[in-house]
Amino acid sequence: MMDGTSATAATTTGYNFAYLDEQTKRMIRRAILKAVAVPGYQVPFASREMPLPYGWGTGGIQVTASIIGQADVLKVIDQGADDTTNAVSIRKFFGRTTGVATTERTIEATIVQTRHRVPETKLRDDQIIVYQVPVPEPLRWLEPREAETRKMHALSEYGPMHVKLYEDIARYGRVTTAYDYPVMVDGRYLMRPSPIPKFDNPKLDMCPALQLFGAGREKRIYAVPPYTSVKSLDFEDHPFTIESWDEACAICGSTESFLDEVITDDKGGRMFVCSDTDYCGERRKESGDEPA
Amino acid sequence: MYVAVKGGERAIDAAHGMLDRARRGDPKVPEISLDQISEQLALSVDRVMTEGSVYDRELAALAIKQARGDLVEAIFLLRAYRATLPRLAVTKPIETGGGTVRRRISATFKDVPGGQVLGPTFDYTHRLLDFTLAAEGRAQVHPPDEATVSLDPTPRVADVLNQEGLIEAIPQGDEPDGDVTREPLRFPASRSVRLQNLARGDEGFLLAMGYSTQRGYGRNHPFAGEIRLCDVEVEIVPEELGFPVVIGEMTVTECEMVNQFKGSATVPPQFTRGYGLAFGESERKAMAMALVDRALRAEELDETVSAPAQDQEFVLYHSDSVEASGFVQHLKLPHYVDFQAELNLVRRMRGEAAE
Repeated sequence: MMDGTSATAATTTGYNFAYLDEQTKRMIRRAILKAVAVPGYQVPFASREMPLPYGWGTGGIQVTASIIGQADVLKVIDQGADDTTNAVSIRKFFGRTTGVATTERTIEATIVQTRHRVPETKLRDDQIIVYQVPVPEPLRWLEPREAETRKMHALSEYGPMHVKLYEDIARYGRVTTAYDYPVMVDGRYLMRPSPIPKFDNPKLDMCPALQLFGAGREKRIYAVPPYTSVKSLDFEDHPFTIESWDEACAICGSTESFLDEVITDDKGGRMFVCSDTDYCGERRKESGDEPA
Repeated sequence: MYVAVKGGERAIDAAHGMLDRARRGDPKVPEISLDQISEQLALSVDRVMTEGSVYDRELAALAIKQARGDLVEAIFLLRAYRATLPRLAVTKPIETGGGTVRRRISATFKDVPGGQVLGPTFDYTHRLLDFTLAAEGRAQVHPPDEATVSLDPTPRVADVLNQEGLIEAIPQGDEPDGDVTREPLRFPASRSVRLQNLARGDEGFLLAMGYSTQRGYGRNHPFAGEIRLCDVEVEIVPEELGFPVVIGEMTVTECEMVNQFKGSATVPPQFTRGYGLAFGESERKAMAMALVDRALRAEELDETVSAPAQDQEFVLYHSDSVEASGFVQHLKLPHYVDFQAELNLVRRMRGEAAE
């Protein structure tokens, strides 16, 4: 076992490896294969009720459950951190139902399940990142009907989205979408990257790792295969930009990572720290400033 | 100085400990048993079985006990358990025209073959708190009357109308029956898929949707053609035997609504049907389901689709309490990365506005 990983001793009896029965896993893997074959296309799948609530990562959990094997090393993050309550809960779930090793280090993981962030550490081609997706349809706020939006995808009818972005620019001078910023995959399908900050969007482009997206409640799976073009929507005269901070991380001093704002008192005091706890910790180790 | 929330794992363990103690309540009060829940909170058990999609009183009672009486949470527990069970066989359609009828009423005819049987109903009770129930161990419950079950044959009321051709034949779709537990929803959804979805749907949601049709949002002039509570046998036909075998008995509540229909270019005026079915004694649910089923048939009957209850995507996508409860409550999860991104955006936009 690699340094930094931990095995779970006791696994839950009475349930199959990774909770789902093998028939269900096979059905999900078929959906994943189709999703990989048609990058950015939302494949309907027969999502199951999981023992965690819908909206809490059931899509990601089902995807992970159907691809995880004994030799895998799993990392689970929420808001970039391994120790947020829901990440802890999901990591525990897989610990109990698979007994596979888990880790908090991005470089050690073979599967990273995430909610709302992409790790700052560059992913490799022997890794898979699984995104938890609340609403998979990028056109949903423009058209509530699924029958309509499926047609719009089939016809590449993405004009309304460009109009929406144009109206933002005309009114506010900028696109006012800060997260879940729409992307075009492989020049064909409009896709939601899940509610990651748009800061993370460039990481999806030509990413060496396989990227899988699971939406449990909405019963959709989609994928971005390794080294696939993922372009955030923009205009020639209004190119896509990501947010930046005037501050640096108060712990590791990084000026390149996504920073969370922490309120420190009731007099307006605040500090900024890396949202990616593993990245922050690794930087402190390198600089010899070990966390206490 | 760094004070962000840490130690999620220990917090979760401690919270679960508190939940366990809260579930038990005061240890001086005797613990409730599954039998007590099943027998004395029977209608809670029926609702959990219906929306949980598992006919098993003991498991439903366990779910209710574990969920501290929160029925939506209990339904969720039962569904999650159900999702791991293998599909061994598909039963034959149950025969609600036969079986033991415990309650059977029709609002469309004063008397019907087989008679009106009130059965164990809250109807016509005066809703006055019965303080004798508060004093535990009330010695006497009401003694049984002579004839509590109807032994006469009780044909379906709609079939009586059908003899005159006044009501449509039971609509038969061309497509094979769907399975909402094995296939994601697609639109337009077939009637079998719609009925399955409604059968698992949240009772409160269906009640409100059905009610809205009565208040003019997709009005369809319903009459309670028949409501029946009956015990039916469940049969399967094992491949190796080739003939039906009874594998158990279950109690169901069935409601058949008879609705006015003005007719269309191709069909003369006649009555149409709305159908509701639920496990156990779940009359409110079955009736609401029948109203919504009829409303969702608007498109097929060439009626204008204008109200929420007639809108397939609106009703079928929002009926499931497990989906709805999970997604509404996921707002409790941390969203600080997205909020930070919005915060940055709003600050910059306000900064520009001030310049």
